[in-house]
Amino acid sequence: MYPARFEYHAPTSVDEALALLERYGDEGKVLAGGQSLIPLMKLRFASPGALVDVNRIQGLDTLEEGPEGLTIGPLVRHRDCERSQTLRGRYGVLADAAPQISDPIVRNLGTVAGSLAHADPQGDWGSALLAAGAEVEATGPSGTRTIGLDDLFQGPFTTSLEPTELVTAVRVPDPGPRAGGTYLKLERKVGDFATVGVAVHVSFANGTVGRAGIALTAVGPRSIRATAAEEALAGATLDDDTIRHAAELAAQAAEPRSDHRGTADYKRSVVRVFTERGLRKAAAAAREEER
Amino acid sequence: MTVAAETGSLTRAITVTVNGEARSAEVENRLLLVHFLRQTLGLTGTHVGCDTTSCGACTVLLDGTPVKSCTVFAVSVEGREVTTVEGLAPAGGLHPVQEGFHEEHGLQCGFCTPGMMLASAALLAENPDPSEEEIRWALSGNICRCTGYQNIVKAVQHAGAKLREGS
Repeated sequence: MYPARFEYHAPTSVDEALALLERYGDEGKVLAGGQSLIPLMKLRFASPGALVDVNRIQGLDTLEEGPEGLTIGPLVRHRDCERSQTLRGRYGVLADAAPQISDPIVRNLGTVAGSLAHADPQGDWGSALLAAGAEVEATGPSGTRTIGLDDLFQGPFTTSLEPTELVTAVRVPDPGPRAGGTYLKLERKVGDFATVGVAVHVSFANGTVGRAGIALTAVGPRSIRATAAEEALAGATLDDDTIRHAAELAAQAAEPRSDHRGTADYKRSVVRVFTERGLRKAAAAAREEER
Repeated sequence: MTVAAETGSLTRAITVTVNGEARSAEVENRLLLVHFLRQTLGLTGTHVGCDTTSCGACTVLLDGTPVKSCTVFAVSVEGREVTTVEGLAPAGGLHPVQEGFHEEHGLQCGFCTPGMMLASAALLAENPDPSEEEIRWALSGNICRCTGYQNIVKAVQHAGAKLREGS
């Protein structure tokens, strides 16, 4: 399969990349890992007039933890996250999601920021980072702005990014000293897209839940934040009743559709079970972290 | 803004080090790495399987890291190093992974084999003594439609033992 013809640029600075994106407008597209974009181009679902390949820009592959939290540069690959010690523990939701994305060879090239910009409702990073409370830093001709993931995802494969903007960082706030989380994914086989995915990220303060993030993959037109479940958990003690109640609320937040992967009822039920399991694991991980 | 007013080039001159040798060509921007290897350079050991980033038959090493060459543009690898199955072994010899696949009957129809061997070689370069689980995990992006996984795992174990002996 051959993609439609396109112009190709490989800028070596962010400024140069932004100038190119501005020049091409709607016709331009950023190429990072290419593991979603190139398949789309081969199937002619996408036929951009020009690609701006950002892989030659130095310094975009930073994955580091600072006082405010994590910074994930736009060229950080899934593989980098899979191997990162920094993501273990308090950022367990990200550490557990990384190795479940596609397969190891795809993970060598695909990027975190690219996944967010692609906004596939079946994408694992969308819900994992939504649960973690992440924001993207988008840089365009008029400067840099910060977009929370709730505002980023507009619908299937649709974001609030302008065609002239480049994601220059993904930022994950520091969850505090006691936090834990996980990402649970049901897939038909290794490397498949999720039938259902549930991301859980919980911060604790004085023995109760501080902030809880719960987000769902593949059960709606975009990655879904289970807001009611999060609110039920905030300030609560994470006992059995609270966990069951939150899991029920998360299941209600899902908007699944029946397809070859399963019926809507089945998927909703998986959301409930995964949310319960995820919360139990998050609590255990946070206890471990405290030690 | 219309792009027609800004007509840029649809082709590009690239130089890529393939199996240790610098290879230059003028290629279409849209040419995929796998077609650059097979058609431009005549290196047909790299196979096109699913052509949809699923099967791993087209796996090559890019600066030592396995990638699916049906999902990489040739223009993107300008200046970088690509290893295909043709470059795995020294002339006249076999790479330990090739020897493993031969000794342990690690292939049936052979279509997935080049990709399997390159992914295996990359695994062993990092971890010469992988567990069975680590081998299966590392090869989970490569599909063998003959379902010969049992012997593929044995082949990689054989190669690992050989490499550890040699070091």
